[in-house]
Amino acid sequence: MNNWSWSYVGEIMPDILRGLWITVQATFYGSLVSFALGLVWALALRAPSRWVTWPVSIFVEFVRNTPLLVQLFFLFFVLPGWGLTFAPLTTGVIGLGLHYSTYTSEVYRAGIDGVPPGQWEAATALSLPRRRIWIAVILPQAFRRVVPALGNYVIAMFKDTPLLAGITVADMLFQANSISATTFDYLEPITVVGVLFVVISYPTSLLLRALERRLVR
Amino acid sequence: MTGALWGLFFEGLWITIQLMVYSAALAAAVAFGIGLSRTSRFWIVRFLSGVYVEFFRGTSALVLMFWLFFALPLLGWQLVGIWAGTLALGLSYGAYGSEIVRGAVQAVAPAQREAAVALSFTPWQRLTKVILPQAVPEMMPPFNNLLIELLKGTALASLLSIGELTFQAKLARLSTGQSAQIYGIILVLYFLVAFVLTRIMRVLERRAKASIGRAVPRGEGWFSRKLPVEQQGPEALATGGKP
Repeated sequence: MNNWSWSYVGEIMPDILRGLWITVQATFYGSLVSFALGLVWALALRAPSRWVTWPVSIFVEFVRNTPLLVQLFFLFFVLPGWGLTFAPLTTGVIGLGLHYSTYTSEVYRAGIDGVPPGQWEAATALSLPRRRIWIAVILPQAFRRVVPALGNYVIAMFKDTPLLAGITVADMLFQANSISATTFDYLEPITVVGVLFVVISYPTSLLLRALERRLVR
Repeated sequence: MTGALWGLFFEGLWITIQLMVYSAALAAAVAFGIGLSRTSRFWIVRFLSGVYVEFFRGTSALVLMFWLFFALPLLGWQLVGIWAGTLALGLSYGAYGSEIVRGAVQAVAPAQREAAVALSFTPWQRLTKVILPQAVPEMMPPFNNLLIELLKGTALASLLSIGELTFQAKLARLSTGQSAQIYGIILVLYFLVAFVLTRIMRVLERRAKASIGRAVPRGEGWFSRKLPVEQQGPEALATGGKP
């Protein structure tokens, strides 16, 4: 039984905060990748040809139903063999973004389905070209609906960034581990990291709920 | 790929399934316990169960697992790896599940509860004979999603050196160096388990709905696992979307 030491917490804070910065970066870039790729999947799944929708739906289901950690290992160990060598953080961002894009695609799908059919009809009646219907009419209305749900995936992604420690990204968990490996005292570092996750994600989810009430009416 | 490697994988798969079953059992117990507490008449019960849910949903399952495995022994409790994994997965996915239970229980028509009161059912009879039989079928599709998330979560236990599928893959990679093949195969194995689980859950949902005289629409796609995006209320969205 050892006791909680605040001075030890103070000593390790700089390292943990450096890890937090990496965590935030991974979440930010991972979100960008997942927002972009998710839209690609959502639009591809609406393509008129089965030759597009089938492979995409199989790929999306496959990625969504297999563990992120294994996908990260796959990217980390297999891509260099194909001549693609990235920094661990980049690999992590690609993995996170790809995995979550299979969830965000579903959010976009719901958002697009939620646009009232009258909007499609009006745009067709005005004989807008197909491209313009999407960019000027449908997507702007769909985006408004999907913001809160996308925000929730950002929080989920934030909570999944510790997995990147498994591919040597120096995030919070990695920092906590390397500190503990030298001091043999796991209690403070890992507790601080766990509490930091709650302290950041809970207010963010409250913020999102407020945003949702404003946007989705 | 030699027979020995396949042996290694199936050994790992067996531990993965055990880990999943134990954590799912714990998560179900937590989900019903906490979920029903959140509909309690007493504010203190609602408040405490709310704190539990927000805490375990707010933190990362992997960090919790590390905490249980590395930090808890320093407080005097040493857990075997597989139990640390089970506990972390069960407690955090139970928190997600409790929201499903709460949502389904609250969605039962209020007249049903009133009718049970009028018939002077005890609270226990009200719960087990009126509320739950109608709420449980509604829980099946989101529970299916949660079960798949839990299956994916078992891979985290490999970082505690528990010999489940992902860990065995690591051993196989270290001994053969064929990363693409090995990780490709275990991804397919995870996918197959998820597929079978989804099928089983669909059958259970059909049965549960049939028992209260409702039908499940057929033909919902080849994988038949729909993510709950549209029907999510504000509360469901707050779970982080991942069910």
